[in-house]
Amino acid sequence: MFSLENIVNLPMIWYALIFTAVFLYILLDGFDLGVGVLFPFAPSDKCRDRMMNSIAPFWDGNETWLILGGGGLFAAFPLAYSVMMPALYIPVIVMLLGLIFRGVAFEFRFKATRNHVKIWDYAFHFGSLVTAFMQGMIIGAIVQGIEVEGRRFAGGAFDWLNAYSVMTGIAVVFGYGLLGSTWLIMKTDGETQNWARKSASYTVLYVAIFLAIVSISMPIMNEQIRTRWFTLPNLFYLVPIPTASLLLLIAIWRDIHSNREVRPFLMSFGVFLTGYIGIAISMWPYIVPFKITFNQAAAAPESQSLLLVGTVILLPMILAYTGYCYYIFRGKASHEAHY
Amino acid sequence: MLSNLDPVLLARIQFAFTVSFHIIFPAFTIGLASWLAVLEWRWLKTGKQIYAEVYRMWVKIFAVTFGMGVVSGVVLSFQFGTNWSGFSDVGGNVLGPLLGYEVLTAFFLEASFLGIMLFGWNRVSPKMHFASTVIVAVGTLISAFWILSANSWMQTPQGFRIGQDGLLYPTSWLAVIFNPSFPFRFVHMVTAAYLTTAFTVAGVGAYYLWRKRHISHARVMLGMAMIMAIFVAPLQLLYGDLHGLNTLEHQPAKVAAMEGLWETQRGAPLILFGLPDQEAETTKYAIKIPKLSSFILTHSFDGEVKGLKEWPKDERPPVAVVFWSFRIMVGIGLLMIATGVIALILHFKKRLFDTRWFQYWCMALTPSGFVAVLAGWFVTEVGRQPWIVYGLLRTADATSPVLGTSIAISLTAFVIVYAFVFGAGIYYILKLIGKGPESLETAYGDHGIGKPPIVTDLAGEGGKQNV
Ligand code: HDD
Ligand code: HEM
Ligand code: HEM
Repeated sequence: MFSLENIVNLPMIWYALIFTAVFLYILLDGFDLGVGVLFPFAPSDKCRDRMMNSIAPFWDGNETWLILGGGGLFAAFPLAYSVMMPALYIPVIVMLLGLIFRGVAFEFRFKATRNHVKIWDYAFHFGSLVTAFMQGMIIGAIVQGIEVEGRRFAGGAFDWLNAYSVMTGIAVVFGYGLLGSTWLIMKTDGETQNWARKSASYTVLYVAIFLAIVSISMPIMNEQIRTRWFTLPNLFYLVPIPTASLLLLIAIWRDIHSNREVRPFLMSFGVFLTGYIGIAISMWPYIVPFKITFNQAAAAPESQSLLLVGTVILLPMILAYTGYCYYIFRGKASHEAHY
Repeated sequence: MLSNLDPVLLARIQFAFTVSFHIIFPAFTIGLASWLAVLEWRWLKTGKQIYAEVYRMWVKIFAVTFGMGVVSGVVLSFQFGTNWSGFSDVGGNVLGPLLGYEVLTAFFLEASFLGIMLFGWNRVSPKMHFASTVIVAVGTLISAFWILSANSWMQTPQGFRIGQDGLLYPTSWLAVIFNPSFPFRFVHMVTAAYLTTAFTVAGVGAYYLWRKRHISHARVMLGMAMIMAIFVAPLQLLYGDLHGLNTLEHQPAKVAAMEGLWETQRGAPLILFGLPDQEAETTKYAIKIPKLSSFILTHSFDGEVKGLKEWPKDERPPVAVVFWSFRIMVGIGLLMIATGVIALILHFKKRLFDTRWFQYWCMALTPSGFVAVLAGWFVTEVGRQPWIVYGLLRTADATSPVLGTSIAISLTAFVIVYAFVFGAGIYYILKLIGKGPESLETAYGDHGIGKPPIVTDLAGEGGKQNV
């Protein structure tokens, strides 16, 4: 049977790929969801039309990275998938319900008459808000660890719910808000852009605060993470990561208050990247923290090989045509270019 | 009270509810995407505006349906884990890659090019736009390919071994993907989607003809739909028959349930109607046609057909659901064939577009495809019980360690949310149908020259009604 087992380290490649897919999801759907979070605060309906138009062609493709993250986890690490989904049952379901409201809002809002539009404005806002918050809580729950016995989840229905996960939930809401507002700085002008700059300068402050809280609390809460970060020589290699976050945050702050349009968005990506790498380093080598490593959860080498071949061929193609779509819809969004 | 809810039953109800809801949308989008591609091709080829106008009307309905298909599908892809983590663990090695390929080969394609299809009119060339429509259509078919392969493998598993840890390991991917029931299920399902779309479009066309509105557009809709009814509906009977024979070979208990047969016998009758009784192990009040069942299933009047009593009680599917769903599906299939025959006759009498009773007939059949698709899936899925992977893993052993209470609450939430959201979706679709196609001149007139040829009414911007 076909297998790449002896040629490459399959579980490690898949560990990296899953982390990448989830990261791309966070970035890409992050700015959509962020736009949704900011939606009701926009100064006028015309702004809201433009905000919606700026993401309407993209949200579905962006959300597909979530399906790839979930589906990829199922394919490459079925054990992790079958432990984490029951553990996170409630937040996952609530997130899915949020995604439903967010997703249908696009089409329904375009079709609705004026007095109905408000309903879908709220569906869009609360759908995005709930989704973002739940994703943050899920991350918070995962980094705190999951109860496992044998091959099954062994904790309670509300293990995921505590003050810490609420905090990470709020942190992600602000994080997405930053991505959303810098996206809008790039894709709009005039009134909407001015407002987006203001929103960005609020959110970036909160992001800085939450990033600091998370970075300090994780090593305090968990012994393994503490040793990983604060022993020599690790400390020297790892210090650049939080330093980079800090510099990027300062640079974003300055850019927002200048007339830069693209760079704040790219640098927000950077902030997410550093934060994400930080979490990834803390989690290594676990896929279900702190119980199951990626090697233990790996699917059969035949299964990982088959999907890897497809991924190596298809992922570049996907990235290419996704890029093409962003290129087609480049430039500023208008408030009325509906189909 | 809540604590003694049966988590297995609840998980099944929840999954059945969400997946049944989901399939309603693919059943329509698969067919609609292909049809839109044909319309756009006719438009580019002939330059006739009418095709573009029909396209423009239906692409809006497509967008709404597709959106609902996406959000209900995302729910499903997580439910393998939330509801069936035992199954995900045991079967993940085999099924995971198939679902992974679905995402890589189909979902990204559909999602990306849908953006161009809907919003790209004035940004790409007509050829590129047409290409996007075709890509979306092909994407829906690829998606059906993988998911049906996965489902068929659960019905007729092969190409794997059972490891010492009790997990399943693939031994031949070709055998897994092209498992015995897959070709039949794929062809039957895609045809079902095409017929569902055809009869929906026919119903709308008939409605316009009946109201004497949009006559020329309605002729395109009804005409093209009837071509499907004439040629494809009979094929579906053939495919269904072949599918049934395949099922007889691999899942004979399911066929016995479909037929409502309890005793193994030679020259088995075809039971047209009756009331299967699981406890008493008979089908009461049966109206039978002698020997026909044997003939259909074995192609000989004296062939032997196995009855349900061959299997121990705990390996029999719930008979009544399978029995009745099967009759609903086949009944609708026959009605569709009849529609094609009538359409052909009317066509030769040159009365296809102005026979009033036929317009009522088509309007009545508008939802028939959806009903048949659901009924068909109920036959397939309930008939597989008590197995989740046929003969290997029981549904009851596949569940997640989740409290019954959690599932009950989430089930309630799904029912409420789906009712609200999808109720609204259907409302908007009906409104779009009520409004009907617009001629290109109106669209341009209202929005100023230079706007894309496809323009949704921005509500409030001079509410033109096209009645
Ligand atoms: C025969 C076809 C068929 C069947 C049996 C299913 N689906 Fe489906 N699904 C599609 C055909 C389809 C599609 C045509 O590709 C959809 C419908 C509308 C759409 O947006 O794409 C889709 C959408 C869709 C999406 C969203 C894709 C996106 O973002 O574009 C997901 C995650 C799933 N499905 C997952 C599932 C799962 C887990 C199923 C089984 C339990 C399932 N589907 C049954
Ligand atoms: C899309 C059309 C489908 C419909 C309408 C449908 C319908 C159903 C129904 C009614 C049940 C409940 C059966 C029972 O518990 O008595 C069920 C169960 C299930 N189906 Fe499907 N199904 C569809 C497609 C699929 C596909 C494509 C897959 C997998 C790839 C799948 C996987 C399952 C699983 C895992 C269960 C739960 C276990 C079980 O009860 O057997 N289904 N489905
Ligand atoms: C005309 C006569 C028809 C016959 C003899 C027939 C036969 C069958 C059989 C035997 C099955 C069950 C296969 C299995 O689970 O092993 C099935 C399933 C199904 N049928 Fe039909 N069918 C017919 C018409 C239709 C029509 C008109 C539609 C929809 C428009 C339809 C849609 C489906 C679907 C969606 C399934 C479930 C998926 C599958 O297993 O293929 N069928 N059909």
